[in-house]
Parts: sequence; C-alpha cells; structure tokens
Amino acid sequence: MPLTLRINSATHTVDAAPDTPLLWVLRDVLHMTGTKYGCGKGLCGSCTVLVDGQPVRSCLTRVSSIGDSEITTIEGLSPDGLHPLQVAWETHDVPQCGYCQSGQIMAASALLSRNPHPTDAEIDTAMNGNLCRCGTYARIREAIHHAAGMTAQAK
Amino acid sequence: MRLNRRTFLQISTLAGGGFALGLYHQPLAWAQRNRETPELEPQAFIHIARDGEVTIMARASESGQGMRTMFPMLIAEELDADWKHVRVQQAELNEKKYGPQFSGGSANTPTGWEPMRRVGAAGRMLLITAAAQTWGVPAAECTTEPGRVLHAASGRSAGYGDLADKAAALPAPALSSVTLKNPKDYRIIGKPLRGVDNHAIVTGTPLFGIDVQVPGMLYASIEKAPVFAGKVKTANIDQIKALPGVRHVLTIDGGITPAAYTPWEPGMEPGIAIVADTWWQAQQARRQLKVEWDLGPAATQSSDVIRTRAAELLKAAPANTLRKYGDVDAELKSAAKVVEATYEYPFIAHMTMEPQGATAHWKDGKLEMWSTSTLPVDGRGLVAKTLGIQESDITTHMVRSGGSFGRRLQNDYLVEAAWIAKQIDAPVKLLWSREDDIAHDGLRPGGTVGLKGGVNAAGKLVAWRHHLITFGDEKGTASGGGIGQDNYPSGFPPAYALYTSKQPLMLRTGAQRAPGDNAYCWVAQSFLDELAHAAGRDPLEFQLELLSNPRIPWNSGEHDAVGDHEPTGPSVLIPERFKGVLRLVAEKSGWAHRAKQAGRGMGIAAWFCHLGYFAEVAEVSVDAQNRVTVHKVWAAGDVGSQIINPTAAENMAFGGVIEGMSHLGQEITLADGRIQQTNFHQHPVMRMRQTPAVEVYWNKTDYSPTGLGEPTLPPVLPAITNAIFAATGKRIRTLPLQKSGFSFA
Repeated sequence: MPLTLRINSATHTVDAAPDTPLLWVLRDVLHMTGTKYGCGKGLCGSCTVLVDGQPVRSCLTRVSSIGDSEITTIEGLSPDGLHPLQVAWETHDVPQCGYCQSGQIMAASALLSRNPHPTDAEIDTAMNGNLCRCGTYARIREAIHHAAGMTAQAK
Repeated sequence: MRLNRRTFLQISTLAGGGFALGLYHQPLAWAQRNRETPELEPQAFIHIARDGEVTIMARASESGQGMRTMFPMLIAEELDADWKHVRVQQAELNEKKYGPQFSGGSANTPTGWEPMRRVGAAGRMLLITAAAQTWGVPAAECTTEPGRVLHAASGRSAGYGDLADKAAALPAPALSSVTLKNPKDYRIIGKPLRGVDNHAIVTGTPLFGIDVQVPGMLYASIEKAPVFAGKVKTANIDQIKALPGVRHVLTIDGGITPAAYTPWEPGMEPGIAIVADTWWQAQQARRQLKVEWDLGPAATQSSDVIRTRAAELLKAAPANTLRKYGDVDAELKSAAKVVEATYEYPFIAHMTMEPQGATAHWKDGKLEMWSTSTLPVDGRGLVAKTLGIQESDITTHMVRSGGSFGRRLQNDYLVEAAWIAKQIDAPVKLLWSREDDIAHDGLRPGGTVGLKGGVNAAGKLVAWRHHLITFGDEKGTASGGGIGQDNYPSGFPPAYALYTSKQPLMLRTGAQRAPGDNAYCWVAQSFLDELAHAAGRDPLEFQLELLSNPRIPWNSGEHDAVGDHEPTGPSVLIPERFKGVLRLVAEKSGWAHRAKQAGRGMGIAAWFCHLGYFAEVAEVSVDAQNRVTVHKVWAAGDVGSQIINPTAAENMAFGGVIEGMSHLGQEITLADGRIQQTNFHQHPVMRMRQTPAVEVYWNKTDYSPTGLGEPTLPPVLPAITNAIFAATGKRIRTLPLQKSGFSFA
C-alpha cells in the first residue's frame, strides 16, 4: 500500500505494509542505511531518528503511525555533514566500531534542541537509553559539551 | 615428596582448544605458523595519483579497533606522505598480496609494525629513485619532506604526484634492504590521528556489513532450533512460501553432530532460511513458521546440571595436570595460613551492536562475498569446504563491522549466507535478529575454579594450587575454555600446581575479547588479594614481592609435570614490565595514601596477556542496598616503545574498562538446552550514567610495540571486586555480581 513520508525535507512515496517499522522502510525500501538495527525492541537506541524533532525508536514505530510528521535521519541532520555534533564527534574521535553513533548523535541533537547547555547529569539522563557496546560514553559526553559550546558561539 | 624428574604430558587442552589458545596465548607464533608470509611489494599497498593524492590499502578488517587508520599510518610514516593527502582503501582478501589479513589476539600491531613500515620505506625509496633518475643525481643525495623529494645540492624538488608514474614502473626493492626512520623523526606515528571512517560514520554513509547493497538483492532470515544443532523434522514450508514478499524457503540440514567436545567451527547449524524482498517480510514470515524439531542430545543441558557436575569434579582428583612443581600439598600443610576458595564465572555473550550477517552472490559458478569476518581467509576456506567449491572461485570483500570482540573470528553466519546464495539466483543479504545473535553466539564459556593458597609466617606466598573445571573431553577443550600452563602466577610461587578437569558441552563457544584471560585474571587477581589480606599485607606489596621471586624455569628439574607448549619470545612474562605498570598505576591513583572509609574503597589488579601489560585501580562506593558505583578507574599500560595512535589507544583502554565492567554483570544461562536470555535487557551492557572517570597512562619501555585490543580489559574486573572488598569486607567469588548480592547502581 503506497504511503507518503516526509523525510529530511523531501517527500517519499513507499510501498510497504502499514505495520512495517519505520527502520525497515528507511533501510530496505529507501536504502537510507545510516539508521541502524540493534535490538528491534527499543532497548539500545541504535535506530533513533527524530519525528517532529522528538527522538523515537524507529524499530518500534509503525510506518503508518507517522502521518505527515517530519522525519529526520542522520543523513538529513545537516546538508553538509557539518552539524556541530558531527564536527564534535569527529574532533573528539568518538567512534570505535561506530555502529551506534548515528543513533547517539540523533539522541544528542534532540537533547540540545530542548536544552542547549546540558550538564553532565542531564546528558547522562538523556543519553542513557543509547547503548555503546565499545564504551565510548566519556567521549560522547565531551562531544556533546563541545557541540553545545559551538552552537552558543555561532549565536 | 619432591620429584626431580620431567614428565611431558599430552595436554589435551591444546589438542583441540589449540586454535583459540594459540591465537591468544602466543599470537605471534600462531600468526607465523598459520599464515603465508609473502614478500610484500610497495605497489600493492601504495597508489599515488598525479595530483599527489596517496591511496593506501588497509589490509586488515576493521571492527572498531582502529586498524584501518593504524596500518596506513605505519606505511605513510615511512613513505613520508602528507597525512592530509592520504586516502585509505580497504584491501580485498588476498593474503598472497597483502600478507596476514586477520584481526585477532591483538596481533595486528606486533605482526604489522615492521612489515608495514618497510612497505612505506620501500615506496619512498622508489620515489627517490625516480627523482634521482629524472635529475641525473645520486639517490643518496636526495631526501624527502612530506609528499616531496628534494635534492638540496641543486635546489630541486618534485611532488610525489609528479614522480608517481615513473616510480610505479620501477622494480620494487627487497623490504629487508630498506632503511627505517629514527623514531625521533616520526611525523605521523605517535600523533593522535582520528579514525579515517569518522566522517562516514557521523553522516550515516553506508559503511557496515549490514549496509551492503547489491542490485537485485534479496534478504534472508534463518529460523534455527532453540537448542544447539537441533534438526528440522517437519515444517509448514508451502504455507510460508505463499506469504507476502517471500521468494524462497530453504531447509538447511546442517552438518553438526552434537558431542561432548564442540570444535571451533562445528559446521552449519540446521534451520529454515526464508528469503524475501525485504528483511522485515522475511521476519514476518518467520513468525508464521511452524517447525517440529528433533532437538537432539543438547536439549538435556542446563546451568544447574553444569554447576552440579562442576562441584563434583572439583571434589574429585583432577583429570589433567598442566603444570606442577614443588610439593604443593606439603607446603599447604605446613603453611602458617591457608586460604581455600571456589570461584565461579558464567557464560557470557558477545552482543556486538551489529548482529551477525553477511551478503553473498553466486553467479556463473563464482561466489562473491561481503564479509565482516575478522578471520576472512578461514571463512573462505570454510565456505569452499561446505559448499564444495574451489577457494579460487570466491572473491571476499572485507567490510567494516559494528563490533567483533572476538565473535567474528568464527564464520558461521558467512557460511550460511554463502549456502543460501548458492541455492538461489540472486544476491542475498543474511541478517540475524538480536535474538538469533544471542541464541547462536559463540559464548565465552563459564568456569569453576578451586583454589588453595598458603602464606608463611613472614606473610610470603609459598604455595598455589589451581584446579579449573572447564568443558570438553579427551578430544579437546571448548574454544575459549583452555588455559596456558604459564597462566600467571605460574612460575612465581615456590610451589605450584595447575590442574584441569572437563565436562561435556554441546554448545558453540568461542573467543571473547581477551579470551581466557578475561576470566582467569579475575580469578587469580582476586585470590591474590585474598591471600594478601590473609597475610596482613598490602596487596600491591604482596604482588611486587611475588614478582620478585626467582622464577621456576620452564621444564626445570623441579617439575612433576609440565606442558609441551613452552612460551617463547614476547609471550614470556617479563616481571619488570608487570611491576612497572603496577607501580605506575599505584602512583597515579595515590594507592599508598588511599583513604580507609566504610562503604568506599580502592582495589588493584594487573595482568599480562596478548603481549601487553596492564595494571588498573578502581575506586568504588557501595550503598546500603549493595549497589556499586564505580567512581574512577586508573589504567597503566605497557605495550612497548610506541603508542602508535594515542587517541585510538586511549579509546581502546576506555573501551576495555567499560566492557570489563559489563562482564561483571552479565550471565547466559541454559535450561532444557535453551539459552534463556534474548536481548539487551537480560544481558546488560554498561550505560552512560554508569561510566566512571577513566585515566590512562603509558609506561613506555624498550620493546617492540604490541596491540591494545585486549590487554586493557582483564584487570578491571578484579580491580572492581577487590575494591568492593575494601569497601565492604565482602569477597566476591561468584559472578555475575548479582549472584553475590551486589549490582551496579
């Protein structure tokens, strides 16, 4: 059944069963593979995308439930790959395997949207649902602070 | 009774578990014994474009340990390339061209350090020769600056791009003939350089095994028995074939006969593969699948039975003597104080963030594979054998993976993808669900260890008796469950015995980051801490004293029994290096002046494995509900003379600490042969708010550099449990923590 989705400011018409999770429409139908599968149960955060600016687990979000809401994925976070979080992630050399990092960055972008200068404790709370099996948490925290600083300077 | 004779025993540990033990215990020897060692040519690794852009081939697989950055750094350094103009390209599997292409045992650094630099130096020599010929000057008068050859006498210089065509056509010099830089002249090695894939990672560019896209590709999911190697009796295959998107439903007979000893690569597991237009459709179809299984003998296994059997074996006379010298039993009888303890650690799973999977395409009698294996040459061999095809008809693309931690050294998922591809006429991507990934992991085997140690009236360790209950039979030891005869503190106490006994296990086990050591370090360093306290000694002083003992030489006349795998070269523990990291971590953590207060404490531990030395101190607090907060971990490492890429090295150390913490809280249990845990909620990974501050220090010593994938991990487990003892007076002898009444806050 054709469905119309707004993803990264573009309109996509996709043919997928209504109960298909957004994750699998993004990955296997639209071939936008930046959003990752980790657990399928909302336990790890690797599949985090934004729906109208709110972080959601795309593995649990039925594609038919989105309506005309705006979806933002890692591919659409910035036009040039230079979002403050992306720059900070590279500067702090955050990734090890890198698999969870798109979900981490999307969760961090939602945090900074609602709280431009989070404390360590606020970062921990906001990011606690995003697992990093390699254990890069300390650098993720530093990178979020760095990005918050960059955003402040730009203003 | 002191026996002054040598007894060379047939050590069954090594006969079957030898793969994992060799790879991890003596990685250099293993690498050299099992791999081709071709004469490498610089042109195979280095391509220079006319505009001066340098492309360097990365020969090893990348799963987060930084190899796609480090190997090119070694080449670029000696090539004298400008790192800003270096691009890295992943090599395909071709060990004749590139040399060893596996990533395991922290072996890439020690095996690549010298050859990769020589490849770069040979490339530089070609560029110098090309310039010297062009200018008609002696090559010896030419020098390089990053990206340029210079001839000072005539004031001429040329960019590498201008010399590239000529250099590429020259005969390559023998690698042994090239001169390497003096380390003081390094411009790249020793500098913190960010991962070459960072930009692709943060922008969501396709990069990982799961992201591979081949035109016309279908997606596969496999339903396997809930019990290891259970076979399909009947299934509603026709009904599944009619479901939306389903293209093929294939029954995999597999080739595993469950037995007491399960080898490293036991073969394909039976199951039913569903191939569909999308993975979600394949998964949906799986839900409708009704299979009647022949579960086989593995269905009788359970954690309770295993634990009961281990307790029985511990009471009985040990089956195997791996090493024995001095009269341990007599020394224990006459010791001033004796401590007896049983330590238990559970099975745990890998839980790589990217579940296992692979993509394969069978076309016109040739197989193309996109593989995340960290042991791809073995994967190709296994595929050829299983499918009955020639290795020369297989092309293997090496794709970055979302973590390995040892899991991707086994190639079961790759064989499955290749097998499915051969049955159908389209490329296929196989992906395991998270539930599949746990249920069919190559688990870290659990173990039970009976220990007896004695100290004399002066508070000095005089005897150590160690009995490990592991898995397997006379044919072999379960992968990841073997132990080396020189396992620390072997050789240091004046009287010592290391025994093993085994029980059957019909289950896939394997190598998990610092295999063996991730458990044995916890056992030995916890028990040392117990003995130090029993002797009324400071644990650090107690261990430094032990390391200062005259070491009992391998195969000396003191032995009743000793194994036949004598450690050699850098696999031999050097006490001064072990002591060096202990002293450094003690200094940095303020160990000598640590506060004594209820509910808060510090613990110390150290280990030598995979050619690296690490000592770690943890500071914890424990609340009234026995919830443990790890506040800080200090880590001191000695991996030789160079930290090749400090930012990656520090990241590896952070990762080892966090993963080691996760190990303390994880457990896989079996009931009716079924693994009980299904997802992250039942096998937790540390989260951000549980992350302690971690400080990493390097004790640089005059030894050739070695790897960091593994040795950072083991000491953190006993450092934390020893700290819990310091805080509470309660000794943790059973993992996970929950089984000892503790949990992470």
